[in-house]
Amino acid sequence: MLSRIAESLFWIGRYIERSDGTARILDVHLQLLLEDPWVEENLACRSLLSVMGTEVDETAEVTRSDVLTILAVDRNQPASIAYSLNAARENARRAREVVNTELWEVLNTTRARMPRKVASDKVHEFFTWVRERAALAVGIVESATNRDEAYRFFTLGRSIERADMTARLLATRSLTEASGPSWTTILRSVGAYEAYLRTYRGVPSAQKAAEFLLLDRLFPRSILYSVTRAEQQLREIEPRADRFGVSDQAQRLLGQIRSELEYRPVVDLITDLPTHMDAVQKTTTAVSEAIRQRYFPTNDVAAWVGENT
Amino acid sequence: MGDLFDGYGATAIRRRGAPPWDEMFSDIANAGETNARDAYRDIYTTLARMTQAELRGRTEALASSYLAQGVTFDFAGEERPFPLDAVPRVIPQAEWATVEAGVKQRVLALERFLADVYGEQRAVKDGVIPARLISSSEHFHREAAGIVSANNVRIQVSGIDLIRDEVGAWRVLEDNVRVPSGVSYVISNRRVMAQTLPELFMSMRVRPVGDYPNRLLGALRAAAPEGVEDPVVVVLTPGVYNSAYFEHTLLARLMGVELVEGRDLFCSGGRVWMRTTAGPTRVDVIYRRVDDEFLDPLQFRADSMLGSPGLMLAARLGNVTIANAVGNGVADDKLIYTYMPELMRYYLGEEPIIPNVDTWRLEDPGSLEEVLDRLDELVVKPVAGSGGKGLVVGPDASKQELDELRVHLRADPRGWIAQPVVQLSTIPTLVDDGLRPRHADLRPFAVNDGTDVWVLPGGLTRVALPEGQLVVNSSQGGGSKDTWVVGLDPLRTMEHDIGGLVADQAAVTTSIPVITAESHLPDHHPADAPRQDQQQQQQQQSGARAC
Repeated sequence: MLSRIAESLFWIGRYIERSDGTARILDVHLQLLLEDPWVEENLACRSLLSVMGTEVDETAEVTRSDVLTILAVDRNQPASIAYSLNAARENARRAREVVNTELWEVLNTTRARMPRKVASDKVHEFFTWVRERAALAVGIVESATNRDEAYRFFTLGRSIERADMTARLLATRSLTEASGPSWTTILRSVGAYEAYLRTYRGVPSAQKAAEFLLLDRLFPRSILYSVTRAEQQLREIEPRADRFGVSDQAQRLLGQIRSELEYRPVVDLITDLPTHMDAVQKTTTAVSEAIRQRYFPTNDVAAWVGENT
Repeated sequence: MGDLFDGYGATAIRRRGAPPWDEMFSDIANAGETNARDAYRDIYTTLARMTQAELRGRTEALASSYLAQGVTFDFAGEERPFPLDAVPRVIPQAEWATVEAGVKQRVLALERFLADVYGEQRAVKDGVIPARLISSSEHFHREAAGIVSANNVRIQVSGIDLIRDEVGAWRVLEDNVRVPSGVSYVISNRRVMAQTLPELFMSMRVRPVGDYPNRLLGALRAAAPEGVEDPVVVVLTPGVYNSAYFEHTLLARLMGVELVEGRDLFCSGGRVWMRTTAGPTRVDVIYRRVDDEFLDPLQFRADSMLGSPGLMLAARLGNVTIANAVGNGVADDKLIYTYMPELMRYYLGEEPIIPNVDTWRLEDPGSLEEVLDRLDELVVKPVAGSGGKGLVVGPDASKQELDELRVHLRADPRGWIAQPVVQLSTIPTLVDDGLRPRHADLRPFAVNDGTDVWVLPGGLTRVALPEGQLVVNSSQGGGSKDTWVVGLDPLRTMEHDIGGLVADQAAVTTSIPVITAESHLPDHHPADAPRQDQQQQQQQQSGARAC
């Protein structure tokens, strides 16, 4: 398979997952701003923007509608849903000959129908729409794609993005029991609330919720599950087993972070959650880079520079 | 400028006596900003800016969202969205404090009463309440005597129906300590309102209601048989055809427990088990939404398919807790209701915080005669009914209906009570003509975990949609309203004093504190990275080729 195509598939996976994840996070947090009388809008919006990797002017007051613009509808904001949807479609266009028509049409119409503005009473509907489109795209791939390299790269992208999204969310939490309740919000924003309730039967506690999102082996959005899945994909792309060690940098990084999460006592992870989540985010970026180096080599872009004298 | 409130005060039906208390305006003839009560001022200004078409659009959005979520009820075999009116009811925090205290007091008194009735019956011996009254109550079940949960709670969940009379004072209309339903609508109403009418929430600080399932689960676990470390709680539903099935699924889902039907349970060795893929699993607490008579065919109706034979035995042995307790219905009896003020003095030594509606007991020959004479100006209710079944509003009834009623009353005075027609308070509600005053009541939900009675801030406001209609029930064409407890001051002080309490209150929807870790920019495909100019280049290239 052409590297360029593989790269596109990898990124289609990531962008679809990102639009889905962003929509979920925004839906819950914007709703929260309305439902919770004690929330401070500026602070909450700022924290949300920083989680999603967007910088804002220190002095300006950030409101709900700013968040909506920056993270949802503004096509020029790299963290926005509109941006992801557009990028997913662009990647599908680059790999049009491999991407099946159904998937292409979904991504294409999704981008075309992406509204430029969302009225405040239609916000929830909008996010539902984004989630549904993502589910549709993933569903098409799952049900009608050969389990060949194309599928592997797509799933690899999705898994890595998932780990990243969940880590972003977890990184925001300070882990004193006193501020425990907002775990409900976190669980809801990754669509894990009901799954959690059925697993633990009861009120979210910091420890259990963190455990669930970090380490659950059966919940498909937990970091551990996503990382393991990414490793699986890499192994299937390159099935040759080394006599010792692992020679693939991406697999090595994923394996390291997985062991780190899996074998370190949960208490340790939780007492220093921000640091560990930081490590997960760094790893996803590094893995993405390692995959690019190994599987998507490109010529260095030639650039003219002035003569140094 | 909107036209929503045009003609608000124009009512066709006028009854005798004082006009009803309107919750939004102090004078409905001149509905306007100057007349709007403080609590409603923000809502009024927001609504006044809207046109009828706009509000109707939103109302349709509410309905279609309910259809999609399956929040429906059966109406003549057709699934209709649960009717939710877009205008919320507002209760200021200061006023709510009274309601809350009144409900707590009432629940505690009812607990004491039930414990006494199914125990020593001291109130009977002391002459507070006649024995024949208890034994003749349709919902008094001898079978329940002596069965009590480990923490002595019988009323895990209650829904005390309240109304406001002509001067705006709260009164208790009836007690509901069997299986009060409607709390799911409180939770889903709030969610869908925030999604569809966000601007109403902007300026108000509405106390959240999402904590209810946690509280309920806490109370159910607290009631578990002694010695059970991690109790298995289940919700027992009659099945998918029950009108409150949506509520059963919602509660089970939000508590994370199994929703079982009678056929999923069996009793063996004095314990209750549920059939699972991993074999029988012991059940410790059953939050049952099945009526007493259907729970155990060995004790009650032998033809019941909804319960499980042997359930009562397991409960009597203390191996399972049935919540709410069997036999609670005796406290819902409307004739017992008339004794509540005396019972509260007897058990608690307190005056009722929220008074009853004045009621005639027809057993007393003098009052029977008086009631028969004045039947056309009174409301007559059957004592065992609920949900407005069998109720007759005197002024609205025909002569023939009243004559028939007189015969019934003479034949069975124990079976009925009479009350003056109370003009329930009115709230602006969207009907065909625009916003009009419609009568409403309130059902606050209280959860008792044995240490404290927690009252859900808000509750279910039911509103009668036909003009002048005083019976508010969804089975009789009633709608509902989201109920907001608002106001900051009392809570602010609490926030300073007991920060933890407030954190608790806001449990479900607390914001996330910011930890400014370094922010990670999202990764991008090299070709899609922000501010790249390759696209431009490619276009230029093709442009160049065209030349």
